[in-house]
Amino acid sequence: MIVGTGGQGLITLLQVIAQAAVFSGLDVKTSELHGLSQRGGSVEVHIRFGKKVYSPLVAKGEADLVIALETQEALRAAYFANSETTFLINKHIITVPLQDSFTEEQVLKLLSGVSHKIELIQASELCQKNLGTPVVAGTYLVSLAAFRKIIPLKTEMVLRAIQKVIPEKYFELNKKTFDLAKHDEGK
Amino acid sequence: MEILNNKPGEKAILLGNEAIVRGALEAGVQFVATYPGTPASEIGNLFYQIQKSDFKIPGLYFEFSVNEKLAMEAGMGASYSGLKTLVAMKNFGLNVASEPLLPFVYTGTKGPTVIMIADDPSCHSSAQSEENTRAFASLAHIPIFEPSDAQECKDFIKLAFQVSEKYNIPVMVRTTTRVSHQKMPVELGPLPQINQAGSGDFVKDVNRFVTLPPRVLNMKQELLDKIIRIKDLAEKSSVNKIIRGENKTLGVIASGISYLYVMEAMQKLGLSLPVLKLGSFYPLPDKKIQAFLKGLRKVLVVEELEPYLEKEVKALAQKTNCKIQVFGKDLIPETGELKPEIVTLSLAKLANKKYSVPVVKTIPTLKRSPILCPGCPYWLVISAVKKAVDVNQVVFGGEIGCYMLFGSSVVNLQDYLACMGSSVGIGHGIKKASNNKKKLIAFVGDSSFFHSGIPALINTVFNKSNPLIIILNNDTTAMTGHQPHPGNNGIVIENVVAACGVKNLKVIDPVNQAEFIQTIKDFMDAPEVSVIIARHPCIFVAKKQN
Repeated sequence: MIVGTGGQGLITLLQVIAQAAVFSGLDVKTSELHGLSQRGGSVEVHIRFGKKVYSPLVAKGEADLVIALETQEALRAAYFANSETTFLINKHIITVPLQDSFTEEQVLKLLSGVSHKIELIQASELCQKNLGTPVVAGTYLVSLAAFRKIIPLKTEMVLRAIQKVIPEKYFELNKKTFDLAKHDEGK
Repeated sequence: MEILNNKPGEKAILLGNEAIVRGALEAGVQFVATYPGTPASEIGNLFYQIQKSDFKIPGLYFEFSVNEKLAMEAGMGASYSGLKTLVAMKNFGLNVASEPLLPFVYTGTKGPTVIMIADDPSCHSSAQSEENTRAFASLAHIPIFEPSDAQECKDFIKLAFQVSEKYNIPVMVRTTTRVSHQKMPVELGPLPQINQAGSGDFVKDVNRFVTLPPRVLNMKQELLDKIIRIKDLAEKSSVNKIIRGENKTLGVIASGISYLYVMEAMQKLGLSLPVLKLGSFYPLPDKKIQAFLKGLRKVLVVEELEPYLEKEVKALAQKTNCKIQVFGKDLIPETGELKPEIVTLSLAKLANKKYSVPVVKTIPTLKRSPILCPGCPYWLVISAVKKAVDVNQVVFGGEIGCYMLFGSSVVNLQDYLACMGSSVGIGHGIKKASNNKKKLIAFVGDSSFFHSGIPALINTVFNKSNPLIIILNNDTTAMTGHQPHPGNNGIVIENVVAACGVKNLKVIDPVNQAEFIQTIKDFMDAPEVSVIIARHPCIFVAKKQN
């Protein structure tokens, strides 16, 4: 599942993974919420694929992978996690007015009691440095997860899905992001 | 646009609501009317996009009506004129539209008509109640189909049009958030050519379209007769199907999203139970249900919200086999949407399987409540109000729109909230109850003002109360995704307000804080109703214009 805040492009990423699953000949169901959540609230989207999928919702404690586009939002996904759940967490804090933020260290410490596969990744920073914009951090994390085989889909299917789902004028940028993830995975 | 892909047999990943639009297009829909409301909003947005784009379908008429009652009535007029018609809205919208709905079911349709309603268990985007539209089955005698997934959304819309065509009755398709906002690969069918717009023709038929007594009672009888015939169809239809299982004593009855959770739970538990999947909620296929119950010792009815189905099954069980035990709300909560683990647990209990809901570590999380966007002009209104009055001495009326967020703890300007237009209506009651002594400011959005605020305003003039009404005029229906409203098309709000007889009226851009604050102060003590139109476009509208 992917967690983040409204406006971070979660639904586009959902569509990319779902499309890659379909290209791989798999069944897929997803769930998303619209409306109030767009006003800067927390957003979580669920993606389930496999030979035959009925429910669009991930059950409590049963997520295989959590991608968090915002660091603190990873905490909310603990409800869906178990000790084997992989967390790929973007190092990127979006603060809430009049509330204390959790620091990265606090988030990692809290989650260390949930799963032993927690990783903080400087996706926004890397994308800013190498591609000139942090907006593709999500594409970076999804691509990285595919290259590392955490998402059990062939990377060429992910690239094909990016090509199909992302508007043409942003495709080059996302292709470069995909390549950057490939390069970083090899390190 | 993917949704207009005309390669039958191909699969596209569609949202439930997109599949509904696609299904209507495949059925050859000619007339669509809606008022936005989540989780149904995307339906109108898609038709609007189609009609605004290069892919405009010339034979298709689409409108965002001023409110749901008017969408329903526009749909009735189109149907009476012979057009294939879709009316879409969220559950509360149907409350607004229920007055025309009931006689519409009596008169029946001429052009096939489908009414699409989206419910929102758990109130993800609903501020009023956890309304279950199934209740309209017994209230209105309207046939209801309930899809489970996006493929069924498309298939059931087409089926609903067929049933409507065959029996001359409006047919409802009811979804929930998790169906409307679920994606899956959906197999596309062919898109037919649609007849030229304006091809409808109302032919006078008093016997058919006028619901006056004594004829209206005959109409009711004709309706009940239709329902009996549609019941036969429900018995034969493959939307009500039995999935065979090895277990001979325990079975499950489910529909909508609940069915998917049941199948998922059986996979997880390694169970093979017979399942009766109901695609139609009203009328129910009694014989099929009775046949399913026969021989079983226990049956679990899995449904969200109220036990409407469970009650029907219990009644049928009593007629069939008194020994069967019917389980439902004793295992499954009546409040909030279902979750896969709840269904798995209840099935495991009945089937004596070992299962416990995974215990997850509870850790603190950040509370990220929705909040007005940075740069939203409403912040300026909030700021002016807080400077102009002692907020502890004034009652603040809220209703449906982005300004519901005035209730958030950082703003705290909302003392009651019920439904569209109600800030003024309830405010009037509070005023009259105190002989106009209680100080009160009612906030109403521009789209809500047109939707149902105007009669409420007239009531304050007619019955002489003196609230201060602040119309938040941001030039759009922002909360549901920036749909247009009558103010975008030449209807000037201040002219309407003035025509209602309001004398204390000012249009102010809240950027002018000093003027805004002074006007609030001036109007607070006025003996008659006052209106300030806070005119400043939503930042998203402003972005589009630049």
